Amino acid sequence: MANEYIIREKYLVIANDFNAAGDASASIKTTLKKIGVNSALVRRISIAAYEAELNIAIHSEGGEMVLLMNKEDIILQANDHGPGIPDVSLAMKEGYSTAPETARMLGFGAGMGLPNMKRCASDFQITSEVGKGTNIQMVFKVA
Amino acid sequence: MQYFHSVTLDQTKCKGCTNCLRKCPTEAIRVREGKAMIIPQRCIDCGECIRTCPYHAKVATTDDFASINKFQYRIALPAPALYGQFKSTQSIQQILSGLLGVGFDEVYEVARGADVVSKAVAAKLGATDNKPLISSACPAVVRLIQVRFPELIGNIVDVLSPMEVAAKNAKEEFCEKHKVPVESVGVFFITPCPAKMTSVRNPIGLKKSYVDGAISIVEIYGLLSAHMKRSDFTFGGPNASLKGIGWANSGGEISAVGNSSALAVDGIHEVIQVLEEIENGKLPNLTYFEGLACHGGCMGGPLTFENAYVAKNRLRTLMARAAEREPEIQITAKEEQQDISFAQYIAEQPAMKLDENITKAMYMLENIERITAELPGMDCGSCGAPTCRALAEDIVKGNATEMDCVFRLKERVKNLAQQMIDLSNMKK
Ligand SMILES: Nc1ncnc2c1ncn2[C@@H]1O[C@H](COP(=O)(O)OP(=O)(O)OP(=O)(O)O)[C@@H](O)[C@H]1O
Ligand code: SF4
Ligand code: SF4
Ligand SMILES: [Mg+2]
Repeated sequence: MANEYIIREKYLVIANDFNAAGDASASIKTTLKKIGVNSALVRRISIAAYEAELNIAIHSEGGEMVLLMNKEDIILQANDHGPGIPDVSLAMKEGYSTAPETARMLGFGAGMGLPNMKRCASDFQITSEVGKGTNIQMVFKVA
Repeated sequence: MQYFHSVTLDQTKCKGCTNCLRKCPTEAIRVREGKAMIIPQRCIDCGECIRTCPYHAKVATTDDFASINKFQYRIALPAPALYGQFKSTQSIQQILSGLLGVGFDEVYEVARGADVVSKAVAAKLGATDNKPLISSACPAVVRLIQVRFPELIGNIVDVLSPMEVAAKNAKEEFCEKHKVPVESVGVFFITPCPAKMTSVRNPIGLKKSYVDGAISIVEIYGLLSAHMKRSDFTFGGPNASLKGIGWANSGGEISAVGNSSALAVDGIHEVIQVLEEIENGKLPNLTYFEGLACHGGCMGGPLTFENAYVAKNRLRTLMARAAEREPEIQITAKEEQQDISFAQYIAEQPAMKLDENITKAMYMLENIERITAELPGMDCGSCGAPTCRALAEDIVKGNATEMDCVFRLKERVKNLAQQMIDLSNMKK
């Protein structure tokens, strides 16, 4: 019954709120540690969660992070409601970034977020529609 | 073997006031039945609670000064933080000589150990791609990583602390010079903090510490001041470089190691923030991280006598005076070549997980979420847990009940009272 998740947590991510950016991934990390997920996996998920959260905060109009978990899988979703990515394969390229100056001043905008997420997850799916939003789903194998 | 903690509670002084609860970086404190208690698996001996407690009920256990008498020969190992403690000190030499005066046969500066460690860390940094390496010098931070950031254990640089290196070399040199057996020599660290005391009993990176005991700066302060006033200086030091001495301050280590993309952070809560960022992969260019639990570094240790900023200033004056000597002290080739790598890896001590069984832990967490949502969310501490969420966790673990929450209790009493009224109205 791989579809039944024992843990379902949802975190709101607000656009351009750099004070709160990182809070969702911090809570996700705490959850993983409480559950006793092994440390190498915690680290991979932390990196992916942080990148996903920051992308919502920097590039989108706001959205949410969802953490689903059963004893086989940990699933991390990052959903936002716009503006969407016109060319997803371009966005996935290392070094590609449209980060605004404000974000660059804070050290973001290396164009490494999406490639890093893909590297960390066992399975990485991204769908995006201009005008609607972006949905990312990452699967991590617990065992 | 049971883990030794230097930080403990003096039951008789504790008023159960909850001041310490929120200050503890690992949520290790609970107030139960009117008294604080420390959860040993979580405590990192940082001493935050010692600083916070208005009734001085949190205490540090260190070795008595009298314990040096158990050994035929005694060596003092002063932490460089000691140098900034005394009001009218003329020189570091005066302090080191005072240590001979109080009853030590030899003095070996931990700052010299720091000189050796600085070189070794620089060498490790040059030979690894593992970034960032994290300093192993502050035992409170090392244990913080063991219990809260086990992911980062592999980043801790496997070089023994200056205290251990100094103790090792002090013993070897003394035994060789005086032709005495090693068992007859006791090495005592003059410590600014409980964490170092703890690390003598539960050594970091080796099976058995080279240090035989730790005496707190506050304990030795009075006696040492008295002896420092005498002018029969007998010690020839300092035998450490200014950079080695500088380890007493936050940032001293990275400046001694000499790496440009290194970061020094002091204060346990600030250290936690940066470790979170390292964990998130947010500091990709960072090569070395020096984290010290105390504000100002070891100068701000909970067992020091003087205010950290005053002490820092004084140390600066003493260092400026020592700088006049020529040439700057160098470690020997032998010291540089000795192997001071860890003999034993640092183990994870994850104290945050709810259960060994991951599925069970998930169900527990789900219950915690549900209970937390029903609690008022004021994090007032009256229940004896640092936050409402921590109480929920205690409830799920079977260590507390919802009625420990004063607000829930009030509601319950109100409901009961209403029921009584309803009942008596019915009877009429
Ligand atoms: N949620 C999103 N909504 C809209 N556009 C996005 C979103 N996520 C990513 N993008 C686009 O994809 C580009 C690449 O994203 P990526 O995370 O790889 O790099 P970055 O965020 O620009 O920089 P870095 O993550 O290294 O700080 C972004 O610059 C942006 O144009
Ligand atoms: S010493 Fe530090 S970790 Fe231990 S109980 Fe006190 S504040 Fe908490
Ligand atoms: S910073 Fe120094 S004094 Fe404070 S706990 Fe760490 S080692 Fe001890
Ligand atoms: Mg990004």
